Amino acid sequence: MNPALSVVFLTTLIGAGQGLFVAMYVAQAGGAMGALPVQDGVRFYALGSALSLLLLGGGLLASFFHLGHPERAWRAVAMWRTSWLSREVIALPAFMAAVFVYGALHYLGWNDNLFGAASPGGGWTYVAGGVGVLLCITLFVCTGMIYACIKFIEEWHTPFTLINFTLLGVASGFVLATGFSAFAAPALVKFFGAWAITLTLVALIFRAASLLRNKRIRHMSNLQTAIGVKHTKIQQKAQGAMGGSFNTREFFHGKSALFLRSVKWIFLVLTFVAPVPLLWLALSSGAAALFVLAHLVQFIGLIAERWFFFAQAKHPQNLYYQTIS
Amino acid sequence: MTQLALVIDLNVCVGCHACVTSCKQWNTSGAAGPMSDDNPYGPEPTGTFFNRVQTFEVGEFPNTDTIHFPKSCLHCEDPPCVPVCPTGASYKRKEDGIVLVDYDKCIGCKYCSWACPYGAREIDEHQKVMKKCTLCVDRIYSPALPEAERIPACVMACPTNARLFGDIHDSESEVSVAIRERGGYALQPEWGTHPANHYLPRHKTKMHIHEDELVRVDNPLKKEGFPPHDPREPALDDIN
Ligand code: SF4
Ligand code: SF4
Repeated sequence: MNPALSVVFLTTLIGAGQGLFVAMYVAQAGGAMGALPVQDGVRFYALGSALSLLLLGGGLLASFFHLGHPERAWRAVAMWRTSWLSREVIALPAFMAAVFVYGALHYLGWNDNLFGAASPGGGWTYVAGGVGVLLCITLFVCTGMIYACIKFIEEWHTPFTLINFTLLGVASGFVLATGFSAFAAPALVKFFGAWAITLTLVALIFRAASLLRNKRIRHMSNLQTAIGVKHTKIQQKAQGAMGGSFNTREFFHGKSALFLRSVKWIFLVLTFVAPVPLLWLALSSGAAALFVLAHLVQFIGLIAERWFFFAQAKHPQNLYYQTIS
Repeated sequence: MTQLALVIDLNVCVGCHACVTSCKQWNTSGAAGPMSDDNPYGPEPTGTFFNRVQTFEVGEFPNTDTIHFPKSCLHCEDPPCVPVCPTGASYKRKEDGIVLVDYDKCIGCKYCSWACPYGAREIDEHQKVMKKCTLCVDRIYSPALPEAERIPACVMACPTNARLFGDIHDSESEVSVAIRERGGYALQPEWGTHPANHYLPRHKTKMHIHEDELVRVDNPLKKEGFPPHDPREPALDDIN
């Protein structure tokens, strides 16, 4: 496929926004159980929710650039019964609304306990956050399934797609949370940092596994099944267009194999390898700038990762578009 | 149930592109607006087509065969492109099985084109909506056209009659008989899309000459039990 920058930014930005929200909610739950220091509502949660919303909004904005008719985007909620894309279009604003409510409740300090003082996790913010987490998971599933449900794009048609979208989103959110807490909640830096490193390494395992899987794919379709001629030597001589077509522009990345390989190694290094020592160094030295650097490096890596995710996918329609003449 | 479809005979298609041009002519002049054409006479012509004819060479020189392969939306009976459409702009008609795009609803997200394994959908770069073969839905029922012309423009244009049009759910229709009796097959059957359009295979006409058709076994000049004729001896024809 030819990676569309709009979708690359959509998926990476909302992933980080979702991850940041999960990180905040985990910290809050830890606070309620007494395992973590309790944080200030405005300085940490409200600000953090705003940051998360900024990322989600950025992703939403990017997605509009993918559409030919953005002014009709509202129509995309219609087919939620059958289309994962439609489900995502519903889940994203719903999740954003939940994050907004969560942040607003913290900002206003409305955290009356719904179940009486005896249950520490009963406040309004917990409930709103819990709903938010459910919507967050829904959103991860929707985003992943958009790609995973197309069975003939075999690089995508695997549980790894879902797992990787989720793990990479959560990991990048935790890395961001580490940097954010260095400013807003220094007591949580160690907690977030440790999880950021752990999640990044776990994500590496699954991403590497998916790379190995995709390397071994033997594609079901070939030129023989595409045109229905049983012969091992078939060559396309003309594709019915002399200057290319939508089919040659949308489904080919147009880069060399070497370029693709380089992007693979670049994203492996930037997303998984580089952030770990950076975080480590930041944790031990306490230099806030290093946290920000770790997040930026990883985010650039994630953009490369998503680019590669699209570029690596081989669409069977390409069988019909091999030779221009 | 009705499922309209094309059956394309690869054995007689000569790759003249008459179907391509007549398709474009009809569909660019319709109520849905023109189909993009950029640089039509420039070095990099590109545009939207519902139908393209591709050419493949099968085999290795000198034993090659050229196959001209017209390709358009196959109006799959189980179209993967339809359920993925978030707006419902892509739909399959119950009454005749034609897969259509409602250009007024389409948001141009291109997701349906990703979900078609055949590359049958093309976005119109100017109208920014997804386009594909409509099986000339605006011809085949049109009371404005004479009865004989109520067929897709490509079918009408084909000079070799390589394109048949009809209902593949009617077992006695021309298309069903052709599929049944002449080895009609579906493209990429591995994905379970059940394309309605079928292709009739290319087959070379060969003469099969058997040895005993060259040498007459019942040569009257030979009698049973006689030793076979020695070619060094003069035959009856040689003796005048
Ligand atoms: S050929 Fe492609 S566009 Fe046409 S119905 Fe089948 S899947 Fe859909
Ligand atoms: S491009 Fe149009 S027809 Fe295709 S999935 Fe998107 S909205 Fe539906």
